[in-house]
Amino acid sequence: MATQHSRSAARLMLAPAVILLLGWMLVPLTMTLFFSFKKYLPMRGDSMANGLDWVGFANYTRFVTSSSFWPSVQTTLVIVGGVLIITVVFGVLLAILLDQPMWGQGMVRIFVIAPFFVMPTVSALVWKNMFMDPVNGLLAHLWKFFGAAPVEWLSQASMPSLIMIVSWQWLPFATLILLTAIQSLDSEQLEAAEMDGAPALKRFWFIILPHLSRAITIVILIQTIFLLAIFAEIFVTTGGAFGTKTLSYLIFQRVLESQNVGLGSAGGVYAIILANIVALFLMRIVGKNLDA
Amino acid sequence: MARAVTTQRKTINTVAAWVIGLLIFFPILWTILTSFKTEAQAISDPPIFLFFDWTLENYSVVQERSDYMRFLWNSVILAGGSTLLGIIIAVPAAWSMAFVPSRRTKDILLWMLSTKMLPAVGVLYPIYLLFIQFGLLDTQLGLTLVLMLINLPIIVWMLYTYFKEIPGEILEASRMDGAGLREEILYVLTPMALPGIASTVLLNFILAWNEAFWTLNLTAAQAAPLTAFIASYSSPEGLFFAKLSAASTMAIAPILILGWFSQKQLVRGLTFGAVK
Repeated sequence: MATQHSRSAARLMLAPAVILLLGWMLVPLTMTLFFSFKKYLPMRGDSMANGLDWVGFANYTRFVTSSSFWPSVQTTLVIVGGVLIITVVFGVLLAILLDQPMWGQGMVRIFVIAPFFVMPTVSALVWKNMFMDPVNGLLAHLWKFFGAAPVEWLSQASMPSLIMIVSWQWLPFATLILLTAIQSLDSEQLEAAEMDGAPALKRFWFIILPHLSRAITIVILIQTIFLLAIFAEIFVTTGGAFGTKTLSYLIFQRVLESQNVGLGSAGGVYAIILANIVALFLMRIVGKNLDA
Repeated sequence: MARAVTTQRKTINTVAAWVIGLLIFFPILWTILTSFKTEAQAISDPPIFLFFDWTLENYSVVQERSDYMRFLWNSVILAGGSTLLGIIIAVPAAWSMAFVPSRRTKDILLWMLSTKMLPAVGVLYPIYLLFIQFGLLDTQLGLTLVLMLINLPIIVWMLYTYFKEIPGEILEASRMDGAGLREEILYVLTPMALPGIASTVLLNFILAWNEAFWTLNLTAAQAAPLTAFIASYSSPEGLFFAKLSAASTMAIAPILILGWFSQKQLVRGLTFGAVK
């Protein structure tokens, strides 16, 4: 049993991490909350030193009534939803495939996991220029080869293109986690089902999928949190044009590009609330696992 | 292996997996190949896959023109510094939670995780202001601190799950033999925890290397790492495919190699121990 002495020592060792994270969380959060109730336009001379005007909930109502708000919510939902569907569906299929006996499994695994390690600005730029460029991009060559007119991907089909790029980055993550989960499946159970004559589809539906449900939930939650915040991919490809302005990108533009800090902060508070709702579900699952 | 598998089925699996694997890997492969082409060959129609005149010219051009080494150095400093600092702060914290748990340990762990979920864009301006206030904008120190803070929850969590696997009895025994807290950590715990610490370092180095929100928004010329270097290629330089490819290859190569070593740890680190 831990002595009183080691208990206080333990608390002391925990302190730096807790204090730092507490500061990292509370200080900016308080400031955002504070700004969100203020008129704060640094370009027009507003500053902390001169004192900021209190405007109540004006920023909050203005943020949601602005014409770009609902489209940005829709864009966010389409991107997050689209990427989740693609990565989870293909992730499950790919995990099952990679779990099968084959030659060169390690090598294939390396290929599949690689996109996750590519920095977001690189993958966005490589896709944008080398694949999706309407003149010299590889996809344009491919389209011309089949006699079709090349598509201007990032303007004419901006959302599918963006979803494609982001899915490419996140598919490895989903696959890797689902593969890890699948490998913990008791293979005897599958064999027994196979011997009893259960067809592959039924084995998938009644044994594999239920076994994966927890891992799928975790993939969905973690990806949602990261996908709500995607930035570099949009920044590099469309800069928020052609209907690709997500909620977080809209906030970024309000704060840094149009320098309306009050308005952007109100948007930030919305984003924080949204992320916390998702986080709450994730924490429940992770928390349960801690007891075990 | 309990399941007997026919060679035919294994062949089908192999072909399917390799085709899909190569398809997913193709953009990276294409980038690496293109980096060795001349600009004319890089945009030739139809595209050339392998039979071009291999050249290293792009690499030297990128180096000369854009001061690549400075960006690389910043990436190394930021990723390395933030990871090192994070480890120094997280090891004692994870140790104390794993071996001297209290009633609140679980709450503290979950709370730490929750700070990771805070959307960066929501606190961008306050951080920006604080950075100006303290003269941290576009400095290595400022970004190292931010990257350390955003990854600290993951570092603590990973270390905690690794430390949890070390049997407490060993610590008891060392205590019986008269080891103090310092000796216990230095001579008993550290050697056993080293593999876990190594994987934590690896994963967090990768995450910090690729971080592309704060590094883009809080740097200009001085402290900009490779993420910003590549973003500056957006256009019109980005239309020089061969040079873009060379720059991209140089930015991702170190991490691709490190990443392949950290596959297994990746799952543990990114799911907070929820999938094993």
